Amino acid sequence: MSILIQTDKCRNCGRCIEACPGNLIQVNPQGKVWLRHPEECWGCTSCLKECQFEAIYFYLGADIGGRGSLMHTRREGDLCHWIVEPPNGRPVVITVDRRSANKY
Amino acid sequence: MPFHIVEKTADILIIGGGTAGCYAALTLAAHEGLSVLIAEKANIRRSGCLAAGVNAINAYIPAGKTPEDYLEYVRWDAAGIIRDDLVLSMARRFNSVVGRLEDLGLVILKDETGAYALRGQWNIKINGENIKPLLSQAVYRAKNVEVLNHVNITDYLILNGRVVGAAGFSVREETAYFLRARAVICTAGGAAGLYRPNNPGFSQHKMWYPPFNTGTGYALGIRAGAEMTTFEMRFVAQRCKDTIAPTGTIALGVGAKQVNAQGEEYTSRYGLSTSGRAYGTTNETHQGRGPCYLNTIGITSRQDEDLLKAYLNMAPSQTLKWLESGKRPSQQNVELEGTEPYVVGGHTASGYWVDTGRRTTLRGLYAAGDVAGGAPKKFVTGALAEGEIAANTALADLPGLPLPEDEALQAQEQAILQTYEQHLTPADTSTVKRYSRHFVPPCRYTSQQLEEAMQKVMDDYAGGIHSSYRYSEAQLDIADERLEGLTALAQDLRGTDTDDLLHIYELKDRLLVCQSLIAHLRARRETRWAGFGFNTDYPGVDDSWQLYVNSRLENGTLKIHYRNLVKEAITFEYPDSNG
Repeated sequence: MSILIQTDKCRNCGRCIEACPGNLIQVNPQGKVWLRHPEECWGCTSCLKECQFEAIYFYLGADIGGRGSLMHTRREGDLCHWIVEPPNGRPVVITVDRRSANKY
Repeated sequence: MPFHIVEKTADILIIGGGTAGCYAALTLAAHEGLSVLIAEKANIRRSGCLAAGVNAINAYIPAGKTPEDYLEYVRWDAAGIIRDDLVLSMARRFNSVVGRLEDLGLVILKDETGAYALRGQWNIKINGENIKPLLSQAVYRAKNVEVLNHVNITDYLILNGRVVGAAGFSVREETAYFLRARAVICTAGGAAGLYRPNNPGFSQHKMWYPPFNTGTGYALGIRAGAEMTTFEMRFVAQRCKDTIAPTGTIALGVGAKQVNAQGEEYTSRYGLSTSGRAYGTTNETHQGRGPCYLNTIGITSRQDEDLLKAYLNMAPSQTLKWLESGKRPSQQNVELEGTEPYVVGGHTASGYWVDTGRRTTLRGLYAAGDVAGGAPKKFVTGALAEGEIAANTALADLPGLPLPEDEALQAQEQAILQTYEQHLTPADTSTVKRYSRHFVPPCRYTSQQLEEAMQKVMDDYAGGIHSSYRYSEAQLDIADERLEGLTALAQDLRGTDTDDLLHIYELKDRLLVCQSLIAHLRARRETRWAGFGFNTDYPGVDDSWQLYVNSRLENGTLKIHYRNLVKEAITFEYPDSNG
């Protein structure tokens, strides 16, 4: 279970470091944000939701049904757009409004 | 390697800033002049069980029902092994803590009359994706609460049998913390990762319960001689296969039934308790009628879209799995599986043996949330309620709990510091670079390897997934012997920084919880909760076991104490009252 930190988009702000409930995101000896223990990721996506720069992508391991799609989030006020990009094909966007509760 | 030392003093120290810990702090925030300290292993912003969010409050008392009704529901679900006083005192607070959450900004679905919309008997529907940020922001607004993020607690500080603080280290730098307090509230969560998990290697942490809840709260208490209860009532959750995402949203939300591979609804054969439902799926599969599913084929496209959204607010991997498969829930059933067994007092009755006010058997120490025993089915609101109860009791007890003398604790603190330094002292630094993470002589293993060894022992010999949760006394004996060997190996583990040290301590905590769990499994000679564990030597329910199995470390040996069921309120008296 893991995330990818896109180094070209990351501004090293450190918000993901404070969002991770497992202390897994750290600063490496070169001073860059990195995921120190990819296999220890819970898949909670806290870091995606905290990232202001859409620099963190979430994906499923092949052992639990992953087929290579990458997921990230974009915030727009109370809206959270979840964007899933398959390796081939068009992205799927699902928008969740923070002001509306779950119907189920 | 010299550690930098930070010493702090507070009236009340809270260990773990999750659901219960944050609410204990919010309760104490109303008391100006009182100093409160939270020590949190990660950062309270998203730490604990609520990191991904939740999309229902599972324990709320709706109009027409009473806390006493909830008590009877819990008694039935847990097959009698509960503490009435504890369940009632939390249930009486369910609705007031929900009100507080709504005041903090939690979005709750209302029906046309303005009442909270119900899901099933006791659930209300929310948007809880940001429930932990809402709680933690409120904690940060409290002027009398100081939060120490990234500090992992390893030991209680104890003076004349009274808990007077705790010691820990920063997971970021070589800094040791000695935190002294008049009262200590433990809210450090339950234990995942004791058993080989559902998924292998890369996805090993794709589990239901937080993999970062490593049983530290229990281990702190066991080491210090606190009495613990009902560890043998493990929790096996029935979840969506692979993603280990919750099933309630599908079962209660769209009314999907559980079916086996032949399409038969099987739950009525096993009963509808949490344990019964888990046992049904395990046994159907064991008997060759698996896999089992939640029957979602044929739901509407609107329901499809709503399910995809609902899971994004608590278990986004399930939404992603649906998208990856190219089929919506209306086009494929959701396969079910049981999880690895967890020890978690928020769902079962495992944890500290506490009195009605959540005092533990150690003077000055209080417990709430997943570490506290006797009150199953707490869920989020029960953890909040217990945080409030423990905080109020600690506050009331403070006049009899003076601050400890500094000098008296120095020897204890030095011994703790020495253990940290010992785990971080490479025997020969020139060899360190040649080895991968944690693998530093004299130990030939890494903490990761020993963790896997522990999980294999537990899975093979103490009723893990692999044996369909079955165990026997002969198997438990083997588990005990192997764990003893692993515990000895763990003493020699060495690391190069405090991130390594964190992993070493998490392993040591889990090993101790496993040993305690095995003693409890052996001590209850019946099978009361078949879905949570099946004792093949004693396969039935035996009503002479309507009692609590408690344990305490006495002179280095874990002793079992059987206790009669308690219905009325109790208050602990401590032998040493001049502290």
